[in-house]
Amino acid sequence: MLAASRDAWLDWTWIGNNTDLIWASLREHLVLTALAVLWGLVVAIPLAVAARRWRWLYPPVLSLGGILYTIPSLAAYALLIPYTGLSRTTALIPLASYTLLILVRNIVTGLDGVPAAARESAVAMGFNDRQRMWRVEVPLALPAMLAGVRLATVSTVGLVTVAGLVGFDNLGQFIYLRGFRDGRRTAIVVGTVLIVAVAVLADLALVGLERLATPWKRRVRGGTGGGEVVATEVMADLADSRAAA
Amino acid sequence: MGFISDVVHWFGDGSNWTGTFGILNRLREHVLLSAAAVLLAMVVALPVGFWLGHVRRGGFVALNLAGIGRAVPSLSLLLLLVQAIGLKSWPLVGSVTALITLAVLGLAPILINTYVGMRDVADPVRESASAMGMTGLQQASQVELPLASPLVVAGLRTATVQIIATATLAAWVGSGGLGRLIVDGFAVRDYPQVFAGAILVSGLALLVDGVFALAARSTLRRARG
Repeated sequence: MLAASRDAWLDWTWIGNNTDLIWASLREHLVLTALAVLWGLVVAIPLAVAARRWRWLYPPVLSLGGILYTIPSLAAYALLIPYTGLSRTTALIPLASYTLLILVRNIVTGLDGVPAAARESAVAMGFNDRQRMWRVEVPLALPAMLAGVRLATVSTVGLVTVAGLVGFDNLGQFIYLRGFRDGRRTAIVVGTVLIVAVAVLADLALVGLERLATPWKRRVRGGTGGGEVVATEVMADLADSRAAA
Repeated sequence: MGFISDVVHWFGDGSNWTGTFGILNRLREHVLLSAAAVLLAMVVALPVGFWLGHVRRGGFVALNLAGIGRAVPSLSLLLLLVQAIGLKSWPLVGSVTALITLAVLGLAPILINTYVGMRDVADPVRESASAMGMTGLQQASQVELPLASPLVVAGLRTATVQIIATATLAAWVGSGGLGRLIVDGFAVRDYPQVFAGAILVSGLALLVDGVFALAARSTLRRARG
């Protein structure tokens, strides 16, 4: 009897009996993702501003981001846990580091893409540096910046899963312990569906935020879809290979 | 300081390099598994991106499918596949379960870059090609693909680096590769070995990234003519 229920891909009775556990895992997954992206932004914004002011900083900042990106998160957790324990800080250090490459690149690309004419008009209208930055450059760069936040968020939702392997309480741990270790297929299916749902809903929420933040684009054409993010990502890929070449 | 010298000692110990559990064997497993996954992803994604980009159709569906595919974490997919097909193993590449997981990870970057690269070849270029009497296939393979090649290479580069870094996860379900140094070391709290494993995986990813940077330079030069 027990074996049969474990083999089921969707065992609603088990799901019904474990809603508290599922809910707690989902909540921790959301909290970790949000904190990782926020901390990533806290570090990435000053880095991007500095990289624009002092241009020579940009290639080494990108390289550093690229190197951080290749460090397997499992290893990072293994090395941090002896010092910081199984705390949120331990989970957040690698997760926030992984967002840096995407965030810095998109912020710089966005600010670089502000048309010179817009910048000059701002100067001609008597804006000082700070006004020009906040009223002209940041709003125009916002779509590219938010495209970066979207990419970082979706990839972080997936990366949080890996933190579950080493004992952090989230949907990754749920599918690993309840699913893989206990051999219960339902848990893997439920965990995976929730993770994908979180990624898709977070992405849609950020699209909504972008539409609210850029009202002038709505009048020109109907919002932005996935295509634009993809294009930004592809262009960033190409820019990277050009910078390296 | 003590930790760093432990790591240096670990690398200096000859017994850590040889045998099934040694660096050389783990490196070989990692490279073979990753290379097979990249090849499998290419075989699927390149023709699809090539064709859709050439006819400039179906892009919305393809890009969104790839986007949703990317939202499925590799760990989820790996564990689902372990349940569905078990832990099958092939000679040379090792775990088939890990191979499929990693190949799926590589699909999105290759497909998206190939599609966008082919699609965005300028209309006058396409028109000149057909005015010269080229057939659709000639136009796609002799004109559009070379112009799209910098983006195609960029997509392969992203896919390969991600696959090499993620192949670490395969060790968690008993597969080989450099991830075993990390997982086994973690299990017995041998942190110098974990650190050594991390250095080796990152080093391999950065090395391959560097090779792609050189390839990107030459394709870019050729595409510009």
